Amino acid sequence: MARLIRTEKEVEGRFEDVWLVVEEDPLTQWPEGPLAVVGRDARRQDGPQRVRGEARYTADVQLPGMLHTALLRSPYAHARVARIDFTKALGLPGVRGALGPGDAKGLEAEAGFAGAAVAAVAAATFAQARSAIEAVEIEWEELEAVLDPNDAVARGLLTAPSAAYERGDFERALADADVVVEGTYRTSVVLHNAMETHQAVCEWIGDALHVFVSTQYIWGVRAQLAEAFGIPGDKVRVVCEYMGGGFGAKNGADDYTLVAAELARQTGRPVRCALTRREENTAAGNRNGTVQRLTAGARSDGTIVAFGGEFVNAVGWSGWSAMTDGPMQMLYACDNVRTVRHGAKINTPPMKAFRAPGFVEGTFGLECIVDELAAKLELDPLELRRLNYTHSNDGTPYSSKNLMQCYDLAQKHWDRRHQVRARSTDIWKYGVGMASQIWYGGGGPPSYAWTRVGSDGCVTVVTAMQDIGTGTRTTMAQIAAEELGVPLDRVEVVLGDSARGPYATLSAGSSTTPSVGPAVRAAAADAKRQILEIAAQRHDLEQRVLDIRDGSVVSEDGNLSQPLESLLGLLESAQILGQGARGPNPTGMSVLTFGIHVVEAAVDVETGEVRVERVAAVHDVGRIVNPLGARSQVEGGIIQGIGHTLSEQRLLDPASGRVLTTTLDAYRMPTIADVPEIVCEFVDIPDEHLTNLGSKGIGEPPIVPIAAAIANAIRDATGADVHELPITREEMLRALRAARRKETRGAPAAV
Amino acid sequence: MPELELSVNGETRLVDLPVGTSLAALLRESLGLTGTKIACNEGHCGACTVQIDGVPTLSCITLAHRVRGEVTTIEGLRDHPLIDAFVRADAVQCGFCTPGQVVSAAALVAANPDPGVDEIRHRMAGNICRCGTYPRIEEAILHWRG
Repeated sequence: MARLIRTEKEVEGRFEDVWLVVEEDPLTQWPEGPLAVVGRDARRQDGPQRVRGEARYTADVQLPGMLHTALLRSPYAHARVARIDFTKALGLPGVRGALGPGDAKGLEAEAGFAGAAVAAVAAATFAQARSAIEAVEIEWEELEAVLDPNDAVARGLLTAPSAAYERGDFERALADADVVVEGTYRTSVVLHNAMETHQAVCEWIGDALHVFVSTQYIWGVRAQLAEAFGIPGDKVRVVCEYMGGGFGAKNGADDYTLVAAELARQTGRPVRCALTRREENTAAGNRNGTVQRLTAGARSDGTIVAFGGEFVNAVGWSGWSAMTDGPMQMLYACDNVRTVRHGAKINTPPMKAFRAPGFVEGTFGLECIVDELAAKLELDPLELRRLNYTHSNDGTPYSSKNLMQCYDLAQKHWDRRHQVRARSTDIWKYGVGMASQIWYGGGGPPSYAWTRVGSDGCVTVVTAMQDIGTGTRTTMAQIAAEELGVPLDRVEVVLGDSARGPYATLSAGSSTTPSVGPAVRAAAADAKRQILEIAAQRHDLEQRVLDIRDGSVVSEDGNLSQPLESLLGLLESAQILGQGARGPNPTGMSVLTFGIHVVEAAVDVETGEVRVERVAAVHDVGRIVNPLGARSQVEGGIIQGIGHTLSEQRLLDPASGRVLTTTLDAYRMPTIADVPEIVCEFVDIPDEHLTNLGSKGIGEPPIVPIAAAIANAIRDATGADVHELPITREEMLRALRAARRKETRGAPAAV
Repeated sequence: MPELELSVNGETRLVDLPVGTSLAALLRESLGLTGTKIACNEGHCGACTVQIDGVPTLSCITLAHRVRGEVTTIEGLRDHPLIDAFVRADAVQCGFCTPGQVVSAAALVAANPDPGVDEIRHRMAGNICRCGTYPRIEEAILHWRG
């Protein structure tokens, strides 16, 4: 039965109260451990298409008569368009249309950052569109630009009211603490830089809008376009069958899609609007920089009694102030916590969600200061974490939490630290560090799926979700195959088309598997029930003695074994149709993911070079559907996190507010030569309270703890406290100098 | 427009296109060979890698009219054992960089059928994968023959 509920919904650590229609989730969970298909390595079903270059991405869509768009972007960090004249531009060869401020959503007269789009031109070729942009006559009125986040906070320039949190009595607990550590931690702006840049192709067919777009949320794009053009949602068809990476930056329609749709309307032609790589590095979103002023107090027995933090998110012109304070509030049992989080609205490029937004940054600060506390207490960092383990989320029980098992599984990696340190020379110092991970990733309703089973015994799962490269297409096929009792190669998944399948949630917040997976299982179960009903009638048996195994309907006593295609052959071209919905999340429980990373790193104390040699990751995300795909997510998250930690940094000219690192030689992402040995383990225990599947998401958790684990390995190796990301050689040498000063004053540099 | 004759994946192709067109644009737009991806369009990422006479070449910064020699794109390598090796090893996530990775890897194993880890890391360092499939790519190349 459908049930209307008012509930709290979480996406990327942001909560809102929403009305939801949820349906019952009557299926009991499968037993723990590998099953016939679920829990076993499965190759990506769309792997061959992607590897052979056959998969058609938005970038590959070429429609007859298609025009190309170039955008005019503000050279100023804050300015208003005083006058704009397209006369000359419109007279150039190939030019078909132009939009100025206010002509399309996303094009505003006020440019809030250097790189904000204010106008657009469509032409037969991209080169012609670019030339036309050069010919647009524009006068700017420069406005005051605020670039410093602390300055913005002091002046009350905020994206939202500051978020204050307190439990217990922080001041008193701090005064009573035996040991207190304070520190300021900074993280830099980093960029998503998915290989496929943000782009869309829009075409009007009659009164309907067809959109090919590289997106993590086809339904979100659909809703935004329907609203922008005042048309019903079903008049907008959004297609994204393959997409070239998002990492959180492609959750909305954004200016490029809205502009392409409006130019298509104006010109009567299909229109592509694709960002160049340099635009991607300027205006397509980022993980914002943070400043974190942290305090931690503990009793000499290792009990952490007080945590305090003031967090400044340098959000930019738009975006939101992500939960940098979340880990400090949630990771440990500490009774007295006081945090305040400010979101500075400044004239810099906009923040967008980036793989566990807020928690990546907040975990860096928190897990570094916890290790500094361990050093001062002369306690083993892993023991300190065990000592301060919490069994509830500030009083709310967890749907499941196996962080202690993660710690136990990580112990063998942690125990290598003595032999690792022994590799140190006069110049290269080796050490081992660890950090814990906490993050959301439980997904939620609604999401829907359909299954159809043909007379050939083959199954198609239809759900209008996306596979942004995480392998969710294969995950869904595994779930359907398991429930229906058919081999994996009999299952196809159709996704990525809002006109061809039911609603499914966005591919963000590690939510695709936990949100859509249970709906797929329910849809498969619905089809299976019907097949068994047919089999019972055909063979005059009771339905309860029948099951489907390895593609055949079988009876309990073993007398019946009929291949599905034989049973369903009587349907000819007709099909069995199943449908399923994602049930509600458990009420009154916190659904969270957990884990730990143990890093072995080496530091050249003369040059400040840092090498990550080995990363061991243990994660608890409930049931693992595809261990092969899950390991790939962990490796990918760790590698991206190593980039954030050691080499990636978007630099801004502090005078003009312009991005300086717009190319991939300046913005340095990891290459294959930068990858350490990565060892990956999962606790793999289904969350008994979460859906019919018991799975949480694994997309984001692996990027959460890596920076702190690297910093803590550096401290173990050298005694130096790094406080800033990325850990450039400059920052490393600064930290080494500070450690030497501390040492000469007689304090121990390292434990 | 100046006519251009070139050999792509063993076939002679005749195209008219403006001087200044990149080889990547020629392949994708004139010949419809969209397996070659453009991700940065300025020679920094390797997604557009093709082979010219077996040598990995960044097609986005190669002028089409300067090309002399046989061009091999991912479409010409679709039966290469590396394809299956990449799928087996899960050396693909979003897949946008992957055709370029396979083209580079095919040149590598043609030059040395048994490359070690160091050689793989050296020869593949010009192909960026933002999803971070690198450990899987290494495994795929180490075991490319199955």
